[in-house]
Amino acid sequence: MTYQGIKDILYNGLWKQNPGVAQLLGLCPLLAISNTVVNALSLGLATTLVMTLSGSGVAAIREVIPNETRIPVYILLIAVLVTVVQLLMNAYVHPLYLVLGIFIPLIVTNCIILARAESFASKNGVFASALDGIAMGLGLTAVLVVLGGIREIFGHGTLLSGIDMVFGEAAKSLVITVVPNYHGFLLAILPPGAFIALGLLIALKNWLNLRAERKAHGANATVAPVEGGCSTAH
Amino acid sequence: MRTTARASAYTALNLLFFALAGTALLAWTYDLTHETIARSEENEKLKLIAQIAPPATYDNDIMKDTAQLAADKLLGGTGTTLVYRGRLNNQPSIAVLQVIAPDGYSGRINLIIAIRSDGSIGGVRVVSHRETPGLGDYIEIARSNWITGFNGASLENRKSGEWKVKKDGGSFDYMAGATITPRTIVKAVHKALQYYAQHRDEMFANVEARRAVPLLPAKEK
Repeated sequence: MTYQGIKDILYNGLWKQNPGVAQLLGLCPLLAISNTVVNALSLGLATTLVMTLSGSGVAAIREVIPNETRIPVYILLIAVLVTVVQLLMNAYVHPLYLVLGIFIPLIVTNCIILARAESFASKNGVFASALDGIAMGLGLTAVLVVLGGIREIFGHGTLLSGIDMVFGEAAKSLVITVVPNYHGFLLAILPPGAFIALGLLIALKNWLNLRAERKAHGANATVAPVEGGCSTAH
Repeated sequence: MRTTARASAYTALNLLFFALAGTALLAWTYDLTHETIARSEENEKLKLIAQIAPPATYDNDIMKDTAQLAADKLLGGTGTTLVYRGRLNNQPSIAVLQVIAPDGYSGRINLIIAIRSDGSIGGVRVVSHRETPGLGDYIEIARSNWITGFNGASLENRKSGEWKVKKDGGSFDYMAGATITPRTIVKAVHKALQYYAQHRDEMFANVEARRAVPLLPAKEK
């Protein structure tokens, strides 16, 4: 695997094909959970872990699976991996399980995992697929955290509430009260707020892309519209 | 024709193989982990019991002074459950019941409920649940103090119509986005109080059987 190849995978996952603001895949569970920074980060990290494992798993068995049954086998593999990870976490890292583990069953329904298995891991090697899982997962985590931050500030007037669950009692002092005595803004906490905030983030990314392109090609460049969208119902 | 049949058979066998391999892996992982998981859940439960039944409320060994309760629909489960009995100067002072709220958003919610001898709630904790993370999980004490809203509630100070979430006209809080979860817990706590009112005396009888004998059937009646 060349240096350029690695760089491409990382760039695709974190920016160009970012699952959150470019591919728009698997938004249903993600938008529901991104109501605080800590929830968003927890779900993002759990998704990254599962995507890395499922990517390398699919890549390892891709040559022995007949084309017709590849999707059921991928789903089977993803579901098995998710359950195994959940059981192992529950048994051996119980404190972490109490924070992250409950997000893991939610990940099976996320179609970004299957999408990456089908469009990347089934055509690439184990290492590249694992790297793709990490890059896509972190790209998603970044978007979720920003989204969680926006919704938490507008919804609760705080940042990082619940951080003590991840880093212990001592981290309680990290909770930032942005607006004291805030009464809460329900729209930001509920899913419509998530869609509005995500829409603004996508607009921001498109604007940045457009600006970069203008700079590169002069004033008459056009930007490609956002592609994709997940039609799979969860 | 023959090649098509052969290709189909290969595909089917391949799928079968992965299904079997997946099942085997899951079974093996389950076998490897289920004892450790049961142990850590038991430990969690003991920690939670200490939170809702503070040591000042009893002077006996509450963890050993247990009795089996026969299944009752007010307790929600279908099997016998253990009650932890706290006594102060040999008088019943607090009982910790294990209750199942059967109709959560995704299945059962396991609760422990401490009830003081005057019939008021000492505290409620969620032992395990599968509610939606980020939405329904505020019932955990680690995530929010919603569950402490039950403290002190009793059948006397809240009429039966008040044992509902505020959205349904009751007196208990809930959080927007998840009302099924608190609704089922309020119902389960209410039923546990009714159970306690009916069975209080037999629950605390049987003083000799101070050791946990989980394998014997209930002998209270």
